[in-house]
Amino acid sequence: MTVTASRSAAPSGAQGRAPLPLDVEAVRADFPILDRTVRDGKRLVYLDSGATSQKPRQVLDAERWFYENVNAAPHRGAHALAEEATEAYEQARATIASFIGAQSDEVVFTRNSTEAINLVAYAMSNAVTAKEPEFHRYAVGQGDEIVVTEMEHHANLIPWQQLCERTGATLRWLGLTDDGRLDLSDLDTVVNERTKLVTVTQQSNILGTMPPLAPIIERAHAVGALVMVDGAQSVPHQPVDVAALGADFLVFSGHKMLGPTGVGVLWGRSEVLDALPPFLTGGSMIEVVRMEGSTFAPPPQRFEAGVPMTAQVIGLAAACDYLTALGMDTVLAHEEALTGYALEQLQAIPGVRVIGPPDTVARGGAISFVVEGIHPHDVGQVLDDQGIAVRVGHHCAWPVVRRMGVPATTRATFYVHTGYDDVDALVEGVRHAQRFFGVDAVEEGA
Amino acid sequence: MKLQDMYQEIILDHYRNPHGRGLRDPFDAEVHHVNPTCGDEVTLRVKVEGDTLTDVSYEGQGCSISQASVSAMYDLVVGKSVPEALATGEDFVRLMQAKGDTSVADELEDSLEDAVAFAGVSKYPARVKCALMSWMALKDASARAWEPTEATTTGEPA
Repeated sequence: MTVTASRSAAPSGAQGRAPLPLDVEAVRADFPILDRTVRDGKRLVYLDSGATSQKPRQVLDAERWFYENVNAAPHRGAHALAEEATEAYEQARATIASFIGAQSDEVVFTRNSTEAINLVAYAMSNAVTAKEPEFHRYAVGQGDEIVVTEMEHHANLIPWQQLCERTGATLRWLGLTDDGRLDLSDLDTVVNERTKLVTVTQQSNILGTMPPLAPIIERAHAVGALVMVDGAQSVPHQPVDVAALGADFLVFSGHKMLGPTGVGVLWGRSEVLDALPPFLTGGSMIEVVRMEGSTFAPPPQRFEAGVPMTAQVIGLAAACDYLTALGMDTVLAHEEALTGYALEQLQAIPGVRVIGPPDTVARGGAISFVVEGIHPHDVGQVLDDQGIAVRVGHHCAWPVVRRMGVPATTRATFYVHTGYDDVDALVEGVRHAQRFFGVDAVEEGA
Repeated sequence: MKLQDMYQEIILDHYRNPHGRGLRDPFDAEVHHVNPTCGDEVTLRVKVEGDTLTDVSYEGQGCSISQASVSAMYDLVVGKSVPEALATGEDFVRLMQAKGDTSVADELEDSLEDAVAFAGVSKYPARVKCALMSWMALKDASARAWEPTEATTTGEPA
């Protein structure tokens, strides 16, 4: 039930190749896509789970099961299939809620994390004009402040910039230190009595940094602000329990945690969700509809307009079951071992610089790096030629690369099917890129 | 091997030793283009005298393909009339849309000179935009610096 995992508890980071906590070959057997080859018969080394994860057969089977046996629109109609679809949908909600230690009625399904964040941002400006007095509690306007951090993914930045532009509120942010950690030195001035909401990632998608959430949440609540945690890169990779976390909102995406695309989660504390007006409106989110006006259902239905992504929700529940069976503590330990090994191996290559924390202390398995003399796109291209899938560019976190003083990075991310052989392929691939571009003789520290 | 098809030696030469790099005065128009998916960027200036593109100067950052492309473009277009330079740009777009079809490269060799070496890029859809960024910037800057008046009516400025 750890929330911000204490990485310093591990005896030491650099012991090379300790046995991995997960049986990689057994896990790989569950992922059909890992059987295919790319670029003229090369084994697929998939190191881009941070962008989207691959799907185990269990998840694919769950979606197929739903369509072949149950398919109907949930929460509508009284026929047998409709009843079974409703039951399956709500059972999936319970499974997903349980995965994060939440109550079912606090889990709202969205398209992804991006939509979940937008839901809250739009609800807070809709609160300004809502006709219902009970929806005014979290209204945002001139004189109010929203606090983000400089390490957020664009998905957790632009909705707040836009909210401020719509309402006249002011956007403020916590900065980064030179080694890619969150700078909390001005926390008490940036988060103040004017702050309405603080939103922060639990793990940076580009730096891997896991910021200390407890002091931020404590300060925000001390001044009466709401706290949102972006769990897109943390919920798939570590145990997260919303009760222990202590935030007001948590968002995450199904597709990054072995689940299908098209489903994400907004978890919200009951009393907060209850006071928010709707974002999208339409069918199934209503209480009573008259031509003159309508009233709305309680959460979570208030925030789920239209026929939901039922098969995807069922697929995501299967992903939660899959991860639970592996054990999230084991998943965390597995990735920590890989991260320690990869950091050690990559940083041993002359000319390679890791962008972000250089060790496994309070950091997850997203490793960004630059190679002296080779642009990240070109590094990625040479890796791709060897069947290694990484991400290149600014990773939807443009302010981060700007702050870290690099134009872009190459990023490797790990997951449950990643083994030491994948890391070795990456390391050899980087060396190959250096030879290919003739920069393998670069002196260290150049 | 495919990778060498894209990273022709001539491309890497342009990348390592870019031609015409640096922003120069005087100029008639300056544009800044970015590739929002990857953060590559170029600032490009054009100087036009009469119909002639007398200078193209630039600063930028990005991958080898994007930076080599602007260098090769500089060699190709400076000294040409604006309509000729834009026509060359259209040939380059055709090359980028060839999906590795070598007959297109053969056909365009006279027009594109060194830049025909970018033919291999057309096999990698994700990199085509890197190669095209500077040509789009040139088109944009030219449209700001020069209007097809009087004699030079070469059709619609697309």
